[in-house]
Amino acid sequence: MENISKHYPGVLALDDVSFELGKGEVHCLLGENGAGKSTLMKILSGALKKDAGKIFIGDKEVDYNTPSEAQKLGIGIIYQDFKLIPELTAADNIFLGSEILKSSFSFLDKRKMNELAQKALKELGEEIRTDIPVNKLSVAQRQMIEIVKSTRRNIRILAMDEPTASLTTSEIENLFKVIRKLKSEGVGIIYISHRLEEIFEIGDRVTVMRDGKIITTSEIKDTNIKELIRQMVGRELADEFPKHSVKIGEDILNLEDINRGKLKNINLKLRKGEILGLAGLVGAGRSEVARVIFGADKIEKGRIIFDGREQKFRSPKDAINAGIALLTEDRNLYGLFMERSIRENISISNLSPLMKGMFIDKAAEEKAVGNYFDQLQIKAPTQGTKVENLSGGNRQKVVLARWLHTHSKIIIFDEPTAGIDVGVKFEIYSLINKLVEQGMGVIVISSELSELIGISDRIVVMCEGRITGELMKEEFSQEKILKLATQALEKTYAD
Amino acid sequence: MLTSIRDSKYFEKFSEFSLAIVFLFEVLIFSQLSPFFFSAENLLNVTLQASITAIIAAGMTFVILTAGIDLSVGSLVAFAGVLTTSMLKINLPLYLVFPIALLGGLLFGVVSGGIAGVFVTKFRITPFIVTLALMTIWRGASFVYTGGRPIWELPDVFSFLGAGRILGIPFPTIIMVIVFVVSHIVLTKTKFGRYVYAVGGNLEAARLAGINTNFILTSVYIISGVLSAISGILLASRVNSGQPNAGLMYELDVIAAVVVGGTSLFGGRGTIIGTFIGAMLIAVLKNGLNLLNVGSYIQQIVVGVVILLAVLLDQLRQK
Repeated sequence: MENISKHYPGVLALDDVSFELGKGEVHCLLGENGAGKSTLMKILSGALKKDAGKIFIGDKEVDYNTPSEAQKLGIGIIYQDFKLIPELTAADNIFLGSEILKSSFSFLDKRKMNELAQKALKELGEEIRTDIPVNKLSVAQRQMIEIVKSTRRNIRILAMDEPTASLTTSEIENLFKVIRKLKSEGVGIIYISHRLEEIFEIGDRVTVMRDGKIITTSEIKDTNIKELIRQMVGRELADEFPKHSVKIGEDILNLEDINRGKLKNINLKLRKGEILGLAGLVGAGRSEVARVIFGADKIEKGRIIFDGREQKFRSPKDAINAGIALLTEDRNLYGLFMERSIRENISISNLSPLMKGMFIDKAAEEKAVGNYFDQLQIKAPTQGTKVENLSGGNRQKVVLARWLHTHSKIIIFDEPTAGIDVGVKFEIYSLINKLVEQGMGVIVISSELSELIGISDRIVVMCEGRITGELMKEEFSQEKILKLATQALEKTYAD
Repeated sequence: MLTSIRDSKYFEKFSEFSLAIVFLFEVLIFSQLSPFFFSAENLLNVTLQASITAIIAAGMTFVILTAGIDLSVGSLVAFAGVLTTSMLKINLPLYLVFPIALLGGLLFGVVSGGIAGVFVTKFRITPFIVTLALMTIWRGASFVYTGGRPIWELPDVFSFLGAGRILGIPFPTIIMVIVFVVSHIVLTKTKFGRYVYAVGGNLEAARLAGINTNFILTSVYIISGVLSAISGILLASRVNSGQPNAGLMYELDVIAAVVVGGTSLFGGRGTIIGTFIGAMLIAVLKNGLNLLNVGSYIQQIVVGVVILLAVLLDQLRQK
């Protein structure tokens, strides 16, 4: 791709970008959100039109405007949120748009498609049922289906956007095996990820983008994590995690023998001024614990003691009134009102103090929201800016401001830095520290072990709906957490 | 991207503004084409003609803002009409019967809206199906209740509601203006209004933000029910009878007004002012075509084309 440019109203999303990919190469693409990676990929895949520039495959210049034309040229792309149709079977998805028909009556030849799908999966060393709906498969399995779907036709270029975002460690290993196999067959792979460690494991070359420009392209062996971060944010980051020391106070939350759905006998305590890390694999039940505390799911058995009293939350409303806040994992889907202003998003959970009789007192609202704007350093032109126009980090700050406005006593962060730029992560950690300095209790759920280890005072590990261990600060290590997080699983396989 | 025009709060104002310009343009054209159009009498007549569906459209705006739909409004018009007119015939002094009959009609609107709300929130049935069922139930009920015959011979004073005037302004027009002013204030200035937008914008996020989403959803169907009942009573008064086939297909006119007014069927986006302009735009169009002696079949085609164009305009503005 040579000299690619793309304008959006008001911004230059790509500024004279040139990018090359060798045969059988894994070329990693790095950059903060909004750096232009996704735009570049969308142009490559034909989903967006370029304003200027040329694309060559081999020595030949190619020109295409739709994803299907790109596919014919051997360009495939796997988006972070897959584009599979959940109700169709895996085989149907793989052959979507190029179904195999029986010679008589042109009916779908389901058996043949299934066989071919199975064969393709076997070539990748995978065993997945292809005759059941995709929504019955795990995330990792769905990803394999996506890979088979894109590689089925003569693929020459495969772009993967954050492929490991929701995979477990062993699933990532498996994915890497598949990537290496594709590579050995001469497929060029563009690999986009926020997880820098991965890049060093799988990549050949790495290109860093910032503000729609290419900053550098280097061989993996000639660079290191620190260097890459510096290039991504454009400055030196002193420490990944801010230091803090807060005196930990008395208990503020106790869960006693909570049962609900997959959660079994959960006992958990949180103290004032404490950051409690909740570790575990995806699906271990961490988010479910958060939802129970927040009143989003009703408990079947057990007690919640909060602020010295037993609480029976019937809805999030009760929990919020008591002083509990939850920043959900997917803030775009479950946290924010995208088309509404920052101001409305912040005040929504506690409008009562802003009322003048029956009406919302706009001046009071602007003043209250203004305070959080300064305090959290939300970067936006005005309070009236729609949330959909904010970056991930600023969106997270908006949700946090909402919960400060409700005078929360404990705040639960589910994946607090997912989809947030490296530079802003530090800011979020500092904010969490400030919360506990003010005597709040904080629970952090995270799949990034280094993050949990970096900020928690204590870590509780879950596996398959149970708590399998607790680690004090001096005991923290990735190995210990992983061992506890897979404990129950190993037992099951041993049986 | 942060400084793009869409960020500014003026953008939403702008979209209503452009609709208003289209509306004024329309008025201007008809003024040129017909000498009768731009007379006070004809313009008041337009508002009178528009009032019945416009009042319902205000309620429908609440429902559509929550990403719902209320197909039962037309049948509610009929049943509220026959219920109120039949109650007017109770053998009691008029000063007692009159308020009782009106309250009866309004209460029916509350009940029907409440039923819709319960089915939508507690049993999680999609609004389309729930209100489709209510639509046929109340239509059928209207015919069963009246035996298929209109209810005539009503007290004279009843006709004031639909045909009376205060200071020369038709009473339904006054009701319509009040309904729109109150709806606008509720949607823009109260907690309830905020919650309506929140629920429509993102239901689960609203629940997790501590909003009693079931209450909000039920409320919007009750609002729609009550406003439909008001329209039903006004219409019955205007034709001075309870007609079981009143309000037939009103749901479509009403939804058209709301959508032309820029409210998104996906919820969370739209304004009451937009709905008002939308309703007036369609009413003026019909009135103008009438004055120009355009046949009613051709009118239907024109109205359909205008709806498509209005929505297309809205789509283009979104991009």
